[in-house]
Amino acid sequence: MNSIKDIEKSIIEEFEMFDNWTQKYEYLIDISKELPKMENNYKTDENIIKGCQSKVWLHADSNNKKITYIADSDAIMTKGIIALLIRLFSNQKYDDILNCNLDFIEKIGLKDQLSQTRANGLLAMIKKMKLYALTFKHKYEHEQNK
Amino acid sequence: MININAIREEFPILQEKIDGNELIYFDNGATTHKPKVVIDAISNYYSTQNSNVHRGVHQLSQIATDYFEESRREVKKFINSRKECEIIFTKGTTDSINLVANGYASLLKDGDEVIISELEHHSNIVPWQMCCQKSGAKLKIIKITDKGELDLAHFESILSKKTKLVSVSHISNTLGTINPISEIIKCSRKVGARILIDGAQAASHIPLDMQKIDADFYCFSAHKIYGPTGVGILYGKEEALNELPPYQGGGEMIKEVYLNKSIYADLPHKFEAGTPNIAGVIATKYAVEFIKNIGLNNIHEYENTLLEHATEKMHSIPGMKIYGTSKNKTGIISFNIKNIHPYDIGVIIDKMGIAIRTGNHCTQPIMDKYKIPGTARISFGIYNTKEEINKCVDAINRAINMLS
Repeated sequence: MNSIKDIEKSIIEEFEMFDNWTQKYEYLIDISKELPKMENNYKTDENIIKGCQSKVWLHADSNNKKITYIADSDAIMTKGIIALLIRLFSNQKYDDILNCNLDFIEKIGLKDQLSQTRANGLLAMIKKMKLYALTFKHKYEHEQNK
Repeated sequence: MININAIREEFPILQEKIDGNELIYFDNGATTHKPKVVIDAISNYYSTQNSNVHRGVHQLSQIATDYFEESRREVKKFINSRKECEIIFTKGTTDSINLVANGYASLLKDGDEVIISELEHHSNIVPWQMCCQKSGAKLKIIKITDKGELDLAHFESILSKKTKLVSVSHISNTLGTINPISEIIKCSRKVGARILIDGAQAASHIPLDMQKIDADFYCFSAHKIYGPTGVGILYGKEEALNELPPYQGGGEMIKEVYLNKSIYADLPHKFEAGTPNIAGVIATKYAVEFIKNIGLNNIHEYENTLLEHATEKMHSIPGMKIYGTSKNKTGIISFNIKNIHPYDIGVIIDKMGIAIRTGNHCTQPIMDKYKIPGTARISFGIYNTKEEINKCVDAINRAINMLS
């Protein structure tokens, strides 16, 4: 399993192949289409990430100290972003998720569009993903101490 | 005829490039850009006139006060109110409505009713919810039709002797509908209710005459009429304003202060506590003059041609649905494209230099009514052109291609 930093590096490299925004956006749209389907029963109010102009649902499960995420959004561009985040965080260790600082958004040249503003909720997505990691970590530690 | 090229040259920001593209600004419903005369007035104030108003005996203070009060006179003329004291400077339309709603919170009592409509901006909903919570009054809502027009029959059915205040927008910020405010005012008068009109989307698009409109309160923002942000206008009939208790206490709004009581100042100062946005108020005069020089009738006529052109062009886009199809509307087009989220359209055409608004436009009840998550909205200003509309339609088509 590659580390978050390794995956981030490869995402940056993938985006470096494109020389204009159209290609980058089209790539993001393609990525959105590859995101595994989220079943409707996971699209609960509890799983909605607040702070996005579009709706984003995020659910996580944990097994063997690692987390898997599933997500969906009603907007394609947002779905592309959450797909990138899932690629970074899925099957990673709790502490690696909690301690990582992502800077790929700036480096893939989409900072203007995907900056951490309220409108697209990138920050809210990362926060919710880290919150899941923290919750599962506490749960795990609690069980160990029993 | 108006010379659009000459008008465009007065707006420095239109020279800005967005990702190398010429800026096409279709978010005038949110805020308009500022002509050079307004920008210069702000800079000039701080360079040559800066001083606190209504206080100092020194020359600068008197100069600043003169300019400040000249703005009030200019606004009075602009909307043809009877008296200068009927013009209160606030922070914006939201602040103006809150000022009135806060006053009514102490005037209303259990059993009284306030009427608003389903198509209001959140700033003409929430202050009344708060007012009703505090006073025990009941909030009633005028329904809207599928076309996005107020259902007048429904309005008359909920209007009664209990109605103490009716607050509706002149023009819907989401749907563009021009509401039949003269009908609403006429009906409301019969039951003796006071009327507030939220004119935020009207003041730079259609001529306003307070004496003809005959509302008790009329609110709008300078920043949506080519003026600075942070300045709002509350017009109120003298007797309606005098009924209200002060909104905020502080300097400027008092005649005499003792440690156990204060005697409040007369209108308009009673409602202008603290140091106001002096530069903004002074610059507002230049915004008003800018509009008057072009003429609101000319603006209305020109923006109508943009609306007609855009509506026709937009209908050529496959899957297009326009929300707000009243015959009586201004240059606002709210739309969705089948199976595409408005946010996706917004971020993609932004890359082509086109600024539009996406989301619920602070009118969540309208979205609930149409059962949609939001819309994309283009809203026109005096500097927009048919060429820009054509480019926008091309950009939307390109976005659809990318997304499907």
